[in-house]
Order: sequence, then structure tokens, then C-alpha cells
Amino acid sequence: MALCMPEPDAGVLARRGAIVAALRRIVPDGVIDDGDCLAPYECDGLTAYRQRPMVVVLPETTAQVAAVLAWCQANGVKVVPRGAGTSLSGGALPLVDGVLLGMARFNRILEVDYPERVAVVQPGVTNLAITRAVEDAGLYYAPDPSSQIACTIGGNVAENSGGVHCLKYGLTSNNVLGVELVTMEGEVLRLGGKGLEPQGLDLLGVVVGSEGLLGVVTEVTVRLLPKPETAKALLIGFSNVESAGQCVAEVIGAGIIPAGMEMMDREAVHAAEAFVGAGYPLDVEALLIVELDGPEAECVHLVGEVERIARANGAVSVRASRDDAERAVFWAGRKAAFPAAGRISPDYYCMDGTIPRRRLPEVLRRMKELSAQFGLGVINVFHAGDGNLHPLILYDANRDGELEQAEAFGAEILKLCVEVGGVLTGEHGVGVEKRDLMPTMFTPVDLAHQQRVKCAFDPSLLLNPGKVFPQLHRCAELGRMHVHGGQLPHPELPRI
Amino acid sequence: MLRPSTIGDLCEIVADGGPLRLRGGGSKDAIGSSTEAAVVDMRGFCGVADYDPPELVLTVGAGTPLAEVEALVAAERQMLAFDPVDHAHLLGGEPGRATIGGIIAAGVAGPARLSRGAARDHVLGFTAVSGRGEAFVAGAKVVKNVTGYDLPKLVTGSWGRLAALTQVTLKVLPAPETSGTVVLRGQDAAHAQGAMARAMGTAAEVSAAAHLPDWDGGAVTALRLDGFAPSVRGRIERLKAEIPALEVLEDGARLWEAVRHATTLPRSRPLWRCIVPARQAPVLVDALPGSDWLFDWAGGLVWLATEADPALVRSAAEAAGGHAMLVRASAVMRAAVPALHPQPAPLAALEERVRRAFDPAGVFETGRF
Repeated sequence: MALCMPEPDAGVLARRGAIVAALRRIVPDGVIDDGDCLAPYECDGLTAYRQRPMVVVLPETTAQVAAVLAWCQANGVKVVPRGAGTSLSGGALPLVDGVLLGMARFNRILEVDYPERVAVVQPGVTNLAITRAVEDAGLYYAPDPSSQIACTIGGNVAENSGGVHCLKYGLTSNNVLGVELVTMEGEVLRLGGKGLEPQGLDLLGVVVGSEGLLGVVTEVTVRLLPKPETAKALLIGFSNVESAGQCVAEVIGAGIIPAGMEMMDREAVHAAEAFVGAGYPLDVEALLIVELDGPEAECVHLVGEVERIARANGAVSVRASRDDAERAVFWAGRKAAFPAAGRISPDYYCMDGTIPRRRLPEVLRRMKELSAQFGLGVINVFHAGDGNLHPLILYDANRDGELEQAEAFGAEILKLCVEVGGVLTGEHGVGVEKRDLMPTMFTPVDLAHQQRVKCAFDPSLLLNPGKVFPQLHRCAELGRMHVHGGQLPHPELPRI
Repeated sequence: MLRPSTIGDLCEIVADGGPLRLRGGGSKDAIGSSTEAAVVDMRGFCGVADYDPPELVLTVGAGTPLAEVEALVAAERQMLAFDPVDHAHLLGGEPGRATIGGIIAAGVAGPARLSRGAARDHVLGFTAVSGRGEAFVAGAKVVKNVTGYDLPKLVTGSWGRLAALTQVTLKVLPAPETSGTVVLRGQDAAHAQGAMARAMGTAAEVSAAAHLPDWDGGAVTALRLDGFAPSVRGRIERLKAEIPALEVLEDGARLWEAVRHATTLPRSRPLWRCIVPARQAPVLVDALPGSDWLFDWAGGLVWLATEADPALVRSAAEAAGGHAMLVRASAVMRAAVPALHPQPAPLAALEERVRRAFDPAGVFETGRF
């Protein structure tokens, strides 16, 4: 793959043996340096990019993490943190001259504080395991990325993961109250805690979603919510995309924020139906799944409202789930959309842009034009409530040049998202995948303001370099000050 | 007073050097120590840039009055869900001057913050001029975005020490159709906090929870439920089944205004805003006998009016696992006691580096904090 990563440091590669030995002194039972045993770490969920790390270290305590980072900092060795490796943007892609820091052994739930409705967990705990641990008490952890059975809360913090329920319940950043963070220099910091607001600058806010570039999270405090009393889903078919889009706008215009609101295009409906047989209508151009949750009285009321709005917008079919089993069937097709794509195509490439919802018909039309232009099929699933598109580009990696074509098609889709007022990524992160597209959304000045935050946390740029930023400028280059009339403001203050 | 109305003007002002104190309507002038810094009046950056209600997104000039923004969204039956508060009621002065940029810069949120999130949870993007005198954007104008660092969260509550906001993009939400308030009477601090925690743990979706030790002659613990009428009715019944002593309060709005502006506390005493884990709220007020106080956010926010030694207030807040901000005090006291709770040294150093990243020469360091 033609992916430009930071130039490997020959000096570091030459010292590999000494580096492995040093790491083994810090974590005696958790260093992997054997070629074949490194293979499982060579990629994350973005499998098109692979690179074996120089060495893997699997610490078990915060003190070990701090010691590993401090040693790497002192010795100029790059570090790539990794959770479960489910990232779809290559956030955990290793470096040939880098230490891969796996957090899998941080797998304990440290405390569930029921009266405060918070859980304190280690970062290697899976997203779903948090809910499993507290559901007997009627609580749950709200963000539910589709990989929740495998992805870890540490990875969720790094990526600011979302899920189908995030319009109503927020992303990870809206549900994390505090973290313990180890900086590249090995300093252990606490940002936030069990209280609702941290003191001082909202550093927690910027750490969440920083894609492992600012520090390594060793503990996470999450907010838990009471499980909604009931949930009902509606399956609504439309004969055109415009009507479906109008229905979504009017539901929200009526003051209703559904727990989930998903749209599938004709191709996605057919692929999903052929795969799981969820009973989807096949004679529709767009299918909506609208889930409403809350107290029984509210659900009943809102199901009626949504049904009324759907019919007023020309819905050709409307079905409400009678029970939880039927609701699960409604969702089964949507949740199987990715494997369904895998069944009709040898490979598929999942995109993740967000657009203003009002631009949907235009974006889908132009996507079809691009599909014809690139000669590759595309099916569309879409978090309709928040405008987050997941086009799945269908291709065959065994055909010469098709992967490159798929990637070029994907880049055009993301540029289109930005052009209509949207963004490159709604929930999967920038990673290496969208790194080089960042300038379509941000000017060099915008990016420099972000990169200087990186410099404040990691001035040597050793933590997860090559991700997020198209060019990682040396911090000194970014640090130029404007000097007016030859005089620095506050001449009494030291400047270093 | 400097009154820029274009980004170009503002860049020049910042490039000329500081210290500069950024000011919207001045509703929070009385927070922090007084300073000699030149004031930059940000009200020139006003007006609605884009508002499409079904998109749930509003882009507005930072200098636009809060009241204007609230009226705009209310006309579409929407709201700023973090429940912003005009500090005029708390600090004196004419209400209606607060700007949306000031609200965001100070990270202000009211009682509904408990259930709907803080200001930072509703700031999607911004345009600003940093201390480098450079205009930049961060975030975006859609409700779901993880592209690049979440600088909108970082600038929210930064009190104008990173960048001068010129435009903000906010997530707005549908306003509830109706509200109902139920109260429990005669509880002490510990029992009140326990009852609020219990209510918050139910599926009744309590949107605000507060405890006033003295409201119309007695202690009142109040729970607010917002939403569609059939839902609010159903949830009130559900809560009553859980906590039978609850009674419906007809005049709930008046109580929530009192909570929002801490009007039950004596204006003559210094006022502190303490953020603690909710269960620690009764412990905190026990540690500071003779203080007047009220609990908001189910106990997570303690408004404290006290003559106690500031060091004692701060150590009590720390012992409770939280922190205390000095919100209202005499100018003499504000000159001696920092408004913001001091940070542990390593965190303070990191914060300093982040501030320098945006403002290397300290143009926005006025000594106010």
C-alpha cells in the first residue's frame, strides 16, 4: 500500500535487541518479539494496511505503562497504543520502528458506584462488558458502537466512538467523566473524576477522540444510565429517498429525538434481506428504522406520532414492533448490513462521512454518478438522525487496481461530504485512512492549532506518529511567535 | 475599549499584543480579580449565520445576546439544552447583556445540565482568533463529527484564555412540550441527596433535581420531569410509586428560577460553586457549619454562601473529591483569592503548556484568574 508513514529510525532499528531487553526488565512476562507471534498485531480493523511492529509490550499496571513510556521517551523510541484493534481508520497501525503498547491486560472493572451511577474500569474492558456488569441493577453504558462485543472502552475513549443511539445519548465524550492518563514522559495525570465537571481547562474533552496521540489512558470513569423501561421500533418504507429524508426532518421537527433512526437504500435493503430474511419490504427505495425508547406511556404516544408523520410523507409501508423479539428482527437486517455486503462482494470498503441531512438526496445522487464513474457498486446505510453516512463500496481486491479504485472512490465521497458542509468522519476517526484528506476540511493554520495541542502533551512526537495529521511538523517549527515591533509582550516572562 | 467587528480587525488587535480581556456583555465582569488589561468588546461579532431547526444546528456570532439566541430557538420550539444562565441575576447588573460567546467561554449551564449535558456537550464548532493573532476554525457544523481534536470542548469553559471566539456552532434540541415538578418536604441534606440519587436511578428520566434547605418556610427536595404530556404524567406516577411522599408542586417554575440563580442564598456572603460527586454534597456542607447552601444537579453542584476561610472551603471541596470556584465576592477578596480552584502541579504545568500552544505570548493572560 502506498501509505507514507514516518521515516523509520535506523538507529532505533539497530538497537532492537537492547530495546526488547529494556522492555522485558519493565514487563518481564509481557514482551513479544518473535516474528510469528507479532503477526496478530500487524493491523487493526482497517486490514488494507499492515505493518509488523518492532516489538509488542503488554503491561499490566499503570506503573509499568509509565515506565515503558518514560523509557521510550528517554531513548527516542516511538510508541503505538492499541486496545482491541477494531479501529476502522488504522488508528492502531503499528510502526516498523515502534513499540506496540497493547492494553489488553487492563481488563478489570475496578468499581461500580451505584448511587453515583458511575463505573470505574480499566481501559481493556470491552464496551459491552460494562453494560453486562451493571444491567442487573437496571443500568447500562449508553454508547454502543457496532463492535461493542469486542472493542474496549480505552479504544472508545481514543476514538470518541458513537453508535446507533448517539443522537439521543451522545458519543463517548458525553459519557466519560474522568480518565487516568499517562503522558509520553511517563507522568500519571487524573483528568476529571466522578464529579460532573473537571476543574480548569477541559483537557479531558480534548483527550477523548485524540486517537492515541496525546497519552495512554489507564483508567476510565464512565457515567451509567437507567435502562429505558421500554423500546419500540418502526419499519417504514418509502418509494423515494426524498420522502424518507423529509420524514426524518419532520420527526425531529415535531420535537421527537428517537433513540435510533437508521436509513438503508434499496441496494442495502436487498442485500440485508437476502442475508438474514428480516422481512424487509423489497419494493422500496428507502427504508427507515425508527426506535423510540423511554417510559411505556411515552413510547406508545411517540410511535403514534411517528406513524402519522410517516404516512403524511407518503410511506408505502409502516410496521411497528409488537414485542422485543420483533424489534430485534427489525434491527437484524440493519446490523447485518456489513456482512451482507461481504456476501454480495468479495471485499467492501466502509466510509464514514457526516452531512447536513437536508443534502441527502443530492449526495446519494452524486454517489451513484461516482459509482458509475469508478465502475464499483455502493450500498448505503445511514444513521439518519445525525447525518452520518456509511457507504459500503463493493470491490474485489484480487482484481488488479480495484482496491486503489475503491480508495479513490471513497476519497471522492468524503470530499463530497465536506463540500456539502459535512465532515470526513462521524465516528470512525481519522487514523491513517483519512489523514491525507484533512486539508480538505482544515487550513494549515487550523491544523497547526490542533498540532500544537499535540506538542503540549508530547513535544517529541513519539506517541502514535503518522496518524491524524497529514504532516507532523516538528513542534519547534509550529512554535514560531509573532513578534511585533521587535518586542515580545511580557518581556519579564521567560520564553523557552 | 476595543470594538472589532471583523476577524481582520481582531487579528490586528491581538497581534499588537496584550494583555487583552475579552468581554461580551460584561455580565460576568465581577468574577475573578480586577485587571488593568485592555478590554476587547466582542459584541461586534453578532447575528445568526445559519439555523435550520430540523438539522438541530445553529451557527451564530459569538457576540449575539443570549436572550436573542434563546428567543430564536424558542420560536421553533427548540432550546439550548444545557440550560444557560444569565449571571446578571447572580452578580447584579442589568439582565439580558450576556452573550452566547460569553456563555460558552465560561461553560455556563443550569439545572438541566444534570440530564442533558454541559455547554461543552453542545458546542459543535467555532471560529476564533487565537493568541497568535491567527483566525482558525475547529469542529464543524454537523451534529456528529470526530474529525481532528475536539477543540470545541477545550475552548468551552476556558474563560477566554485560549482564543477569542467570533462564531459558535451549537447543537440545539427540541424543547419539552411540558414540565412537571414533584417535591419531598422536610428532608435533611443527607436524606435529600439519597432521595435524589434514588430518583435519578429510576427510568423516570428526571431532568433536574435540587434541594433547598429553606423554600417557603421549609426544606424542599425537588425533581423536574420534562417531555410530552402523557409521558410526564406517567413518569410522575412512576416516581410516586417509588417515593410515596412525593407531592406535585404547582408553581415549579418559580422554584427552578431560584435554583438556577441561587436566589435563596444571602447576597452579603461570598458565593462558591462547588462541584463534587453527588454523594459528597452533604459531607461538604457538614464540614462548613454556619454556611448557607443549596444543592443542584442532585448534589453534584453545591452553591455555598459562606464566610468560612477560602482555604477551608477549598480543602473541604477537595476532601469531598471535588473543587470550588469563587463566583461572588468583594473586590478585595477577589484580588486575594483566585476564582478558579488551583490545580495539582503536574496538571497545572500541562494546562500552562496547552494555554501557551494557543497564546504563546500571554496576550489573553490578564491576571484575572
